[in-house]
Amino acid sequence: MANHDIDITVSRGTVHALVGENGAGKSTLMKILYGMQKPDEGTISVDGEQVSFGSPGDAINRGIGMVHQHFMLADYLTVLENVVLGSEKLHGIGDRARAKIKEISDAYGLGIRPDAVVEDLGVADRQRVEILKVLYRGARTLILDEPTAVLVPQEVDALFDNLRELKAEGLTVIFISHKLGEVLSVADEITVIRRGTTVGTADPANTTSKQLAELMVGSELPSPETRESTVTDIPMLTVEDLRLTATDPDGVVRAVLDGITFTIHKGEVLGIAGVEGNGQSELVDAIMGMRTLDTGALTLDGADISRVATRKRREDGMAVIPEDRHRHGLLLDAPLWENRMLGHVTEKPNSKGAFLDLKAARADTERIVREYDVRTPGIEVTAASLSGGNQQKLIVGREMSHNPKLLIAAHPTRGVDVGAQAQIWDQIREARHEGLAVLLISADLDELIGLSDTLRVMYRGRLVADADPATVTPEELGSAMTGAAAGHLEAPGATGSDDAGADSSETDPRDGGEDR
Amino acid sequence: MKKFDKERLLLGIAAPLLAIVVAFLVTALVLAATGKEPFSAFGIMFDYGLKSDSQVYILNKGTTYYLAGLAVAIGFRMNLFNIGVDGQYRLAAFFAAALGGALTLPGALQIPMIILTAMIVGAMWAGIAGVLKVTRGVSEVVSTIMLNSIATAIIGYLLQQGRLGHLDEAGTKISTTPIPESSHFFEFPTTPTPVWGFIVVAVVAGFAYWFTLGRTRFGFDLRTVGQSGSAAEASGVDVKKMVVTSMLISGAMAGLIGMPTLLNDSYEYSGDFPVGIGFTGIAIALLGRNHPVGIALGALLWGFLERGTGKLEFEGYDKEIVGVIQGVIVLCVVIAYEVVRRYGLKRQQSRVGAELAAKAARNSDQQEVSA
Amino acid sequence: MSATATSTPPPAAPKVSGGKGGRTRLSFPVVLLIIAGALLALSAVRAVTGAQDVTSAGQISAALAMAVPIGLAGLGGLWAERAGVVNIGLEGMMILGTFFGAWAGWQTDPWIGVLAGVVGGMLGGLLHAFATVTFGVDHIISGIAINILALGFTTYFAKLWFNTGEAAEAGGSPKQSPPADSITTVTVPGLSDWLHSVEKHHWFFVSDFAGILGGLVTHVSLLTLVAAALFVGTFFVLWKTSFGLRLRSCGENPVAAESLGVNVYRYKYIAVIISGGLAGLGGAFLSLVTSHIYNEGQTGGRGYIGLAAMIFGNWRPGGLAMGAGLFGFADALQLRNGGESVHALLLLLVVMLAVLAVWKLYRKRFVPGVVSAVIAAAVLVWYLATDTVPTEFVSATPYVVTLLVLSLSAQRLRMPKADGMRYRKGQGK
Repeated sequence: MANHDIDITVSRGTVHALVGENGAGKSTLMKILYGMQKPDEGTISVDGEQVSFGSPGDAINRGIGMVHQHFMLADYLTVLENVVLGSEKLHGIGDRARAKIKEISDAYGLGIRPDAVVEDLGVADRQRVEILKVLYRGARTLILDEPTAVLVPQEVDALFDNLRELKAEGLTVIFISHKLGEVLSVADEITVIRRGTTVGTADPANTTSKQLAELMVGSELPSPETRESTVTDIPMLTVEDLRLTATDPDGVVRAVLDGITFTIHKGEVLGIAGVEGNGQSELVDAIMGMRTLDTGALTLDGADISRVATRKRREDGMAVIPEDRHRHGLLLDAPLWENRMLGHVTEKPNSKGAFLDLKAARADTERIVREYDVRTPGIEVTAASLSGGNQQKLIVGREMSHNPKLLIAAHPTRGVDVGAQAQIWDQIREARHEGLAVLLISADLDELIGLSDTLRVMYRGRLVADADPATVTPEELGSAMTGAAAGHLEAPGATGSDDAGADSSETDPRDGGEDR
Repeated sequence: MKKFDKERLLLGIAAPLLAIVVAFLVTALVLAATGKEPFSAFGIMFDYGLKSDSQVYILNKGTTYYLAGLAVAIGFRMNLFNIGVDGQYRLAAFFAAALGGALTLPGALQIPMIILTAMIVGAMWAGIAGVLKVTRGVSEVVSTIMLNSIATAIIGYLLQQGRLGHLDEAGTKISTTPIPESSHFFEFPTTPTPVWGFIVVAVVAGFAYWFTLGRTRFGFDLRTVGQSGSAAEASGVDVKKMVVTSMLISGAMAGLIGMPTLLNDSYEYSGDFPVGIGFTGIAIALLGRNHPVGIALGALLWGFLERGTGKLEFEGYDKEIVGVIQGVIVLCVVIAYEVVRRYGLKRQQSRVGAELAAKAARNSDQQEVSA
Repeated sequence: MSATATSTPPPAAPKVSGGKGGRTRLSFPVVLLIIAGALLALSAVRAVTGAQDVTSAGQISAALAMAVPIGLAGLGGLWAERAGVVNIGLEGMMILGTFFGAWAGWQTDPWIGVLAGVVGGMLGGLLHAFATVTFGVDHIISGIAINILALGFTTYFAKLWFNTGEAAEAGGSPKQSPPADSITTVTVPGLSDWLHSVEKHHWFFVSDFAGILGGLVTHVSLLTLVAAALFVGTFFVLWKTSFGLRLRSCGENPVAAESLGVNVYRYKYIAVIISGGLAGLGGAFLSLVTSHIYNEGQTGGRGYIGLAAMIFGNWRPGGLAMGAGLFGFADALQLRNGGESVHALLLLLVVMLAVLAVWKLYRKRFVPGVVSAVIAAAVLVWYLATDTVPTEFVSATPYVVTLLVLSLSAQRLRMPKADGMRYRKGQGK
């Protein structure tokens, strides 16, 4: 059961936050509120009147608009086309609509050009288009689903300013999140959801993030914290002056990787922070061998792998947890044991010579399922029937099973439930302890700060800053990630001035670090 | 786990059976609507189709169709649509026939040469489409169809007097020089008519197909590319090379399609060499779901339908009704497979959910007990 | 185009440094320039080789007539793919169009035949929509199945209906229908004759221009005008109306469209049925205008050539029309048995390949440059060694041209983002 006994009251003209863990039931609740799903029991009332939504159209008619976490935009169409789609009757699809969009954009400071093609817009801009979409349809209540998941701290501030302006005009905002620090800074009221039910409300003025966290999770929080250093001085992966350019269809040459150099030692986790689209995916592809570099040298455990094929690199000990597991890590319609072979089909126990060893592969899959706690009734089911967390655990187990020397973990806990996330962090830490070198690329600043031994920031294809994970704050990282800071990031001199009762020495992973 | 398999097997058979039943229903409707009596037609078909000389016919035709189905299926497993099997097999058979007619080596040497020529020509013709796809991004659907027509033109040009063809004694048809007796493939001396020996090659080909795809690393890589090109690339497969390689293999298999006719039946290539077998191959591969046994059954079914409807011509019906039956079967079977697949997926997901919940309940029970 | 990805579209990948997307929409002046350039090239070829038929009014008139079925098929493909459904079954729907067009046409009036052809194609489209939209069958497989089915049905019914009784007496046979009456053709009176006389002078460029214009105003079938109107209409409907916007959104991001209240299934159905209707119209054109009978195998792969034209045109009606014109020209060559014309065009091919080779070498892309140069040399040798191209090869001209054009087309193609993806209602979160 996804939701049961949910009681929420939202007052008009406020920003109301719904907090809960990944998997707490927020998505289902939001689908019901937006009309994409019908509740089995219970009622929804808007302005005192009971309503029932059969489709998103009904919710829109009632003035409820949803801003999705994964943007629902057609890349090849313009902003205007995306906004008017489905509501062409309101202001037509021509100049009247264009004027209306400009009007709304100016009123709330969204800064949107109607004739821009969505493909050309950055993430924050696309989110504003989504907000404009609902405002265009006359929404008086906005539901934002994890709006800050893809934003850096500075963009988050800009978004919150927009939300405050909306509130000033009398609109209501419901804001779903799991980032407590942010929630505390912008919400007027907070409702906490845990395991599918509401467990309490909180007044942000009188609550600390620690209290909120306890309400949310109800038990000891797993943390990505690490204690002793396991870094050795034996280099495992060295990357020297990687350069990669790409030519746009227009003929403009862009530097995708602009002189990347770093070394990862055995037992070290190198974390790279950065907004998506600054070259991280390309860096991973280059190290894996899926892209040819213009210049640059790569060595793995002393051997030059700059020209070696991907398969050989993997055989030589390069393990990969890909950023998009559905596209690069799994065969969704194939059984688990075939997925176990993926990426390592030439290695034992998957094959003997040119032939597959199905029996051994199956047996080893069973082992992985046991050791890595992959929740599945068996190994013949398809990968698609597993949850995200279990899929990821299978991938981790598979990659760790071939004596890896280097692990490339790209967003390893994205879309993974809390329990699996903790397990994966444990596995990475354990492997590190055994001497594995890890390249960690993530957008989750807590994960990066918690797991890394060394921290770098990537911006526009360059490593522009480095930081000490023990002392750096997310704001500093955020500045560097958006190009506003560079070099060695130092923590500010005076600390602890703004703590509202929370103990800053315990880096709580639930905490966005922004105690107010 | 075994339960999953049995259910999957049942579902797998249900779909084509359903399709065949629907096809016969539709055919009955069509016949009735055009004033013919459907059930006696079916009676004639089944009666004639199962006679012993029909069985031989079906096996012989089936050999050719089976090879066609395999050739297409190789492409399908790679998510490639090799519609060009038709042009590939005709071009291959033509050049193989021309070569065979020109040489007079001992059979043990000449027969493999003929077969090899056919496979190479077929592979190359398919390879053109593969290379175009990989280098220029040309859809293989369109390019292979264009190549089919170009192949027809090439054969048309070369199958003329003075080039590679010559007029037979009766002066009625132009064909390639017949291959010498020593190069005729062996036959099984069954009564009343012999079964072509090439059926052995077809069976071997089917086994090779199954083994390569299911039990070798190369086959695993091939299937991976067919399922998800991005995952295959990340796992170290050179996707472009695999595309070209599989088109080559598919074309080589296509080259074999004309061999039963050439080596066991006509011994030459002329204007009445069977055409359109490429499309039969597509239909059969779809029907047999790219599975070597399924394709074999499909090939036999197609042969049976042809034989049965051929007899109908003499009983006042039109043998072209076979096209209707076949067409409806293909359309129904692809729909049925999709329905079955979705149903199977849903079942699996709910089962997985249920089993996990049951496991969790058991675990918590145990905890309570031990606590 | 074999983008039968079965996974759901990934969430929008954000871009940071704004590079402009590759939407190089050719502006009108550039298009005119290209056409002028092509005309110049043809004139030069005619002058050098003496193959007078290349730009004659007869050739152009035939080219226009051959362009129509290809263009209509391509337009059908465009409608379907703009809504996200790949339609390989165009060939089968065209076959249905030829069959029903002739069947109704010979019994009644050719315009009724046209209507029947359209309806026949629509039925094929309905089947395709049923299989792909409602059941989620892979689009290409469904298209292939429709082609097989259409062929089977028409072969059977042709034998049944054209080989007996009245039909047989009127000239029918198992593979061919009795003839239908013609559809009126239009000729601009004075202009046509004057242009014809200019053409006869064989003046460089001027006569070619006259020939081409002459072909466009002489004996133009009314159905051709209908087809042209459909092209213009398609542009307006798809890009200037709400209906068109919604339809295109189904092909770009159906999940987003559904979230905004668009009934994606309905638009896909409509698009595919229209697609079938257009292909059927193209088929009817073949059996009522190009010839006056239904003939087995009449479509000759034009459904697929139409798809190629659509790809060449980057899924836009303007580009599609250009592509159809190009392939129609090639098709007309083989219809007019132009061994001499094709031979002359070989020279043009040599020049184009040579230019391509130089360009590639200049860009330091050695392998493609050398390959192009070698092929150019080979074709030149062929040109010089022969006087004419044998008939069998001429019949392959449209296919070779299609293959060449697709291979050489720039890679700046932008197909609708969700084209070919299976879509299920409610699959978005």
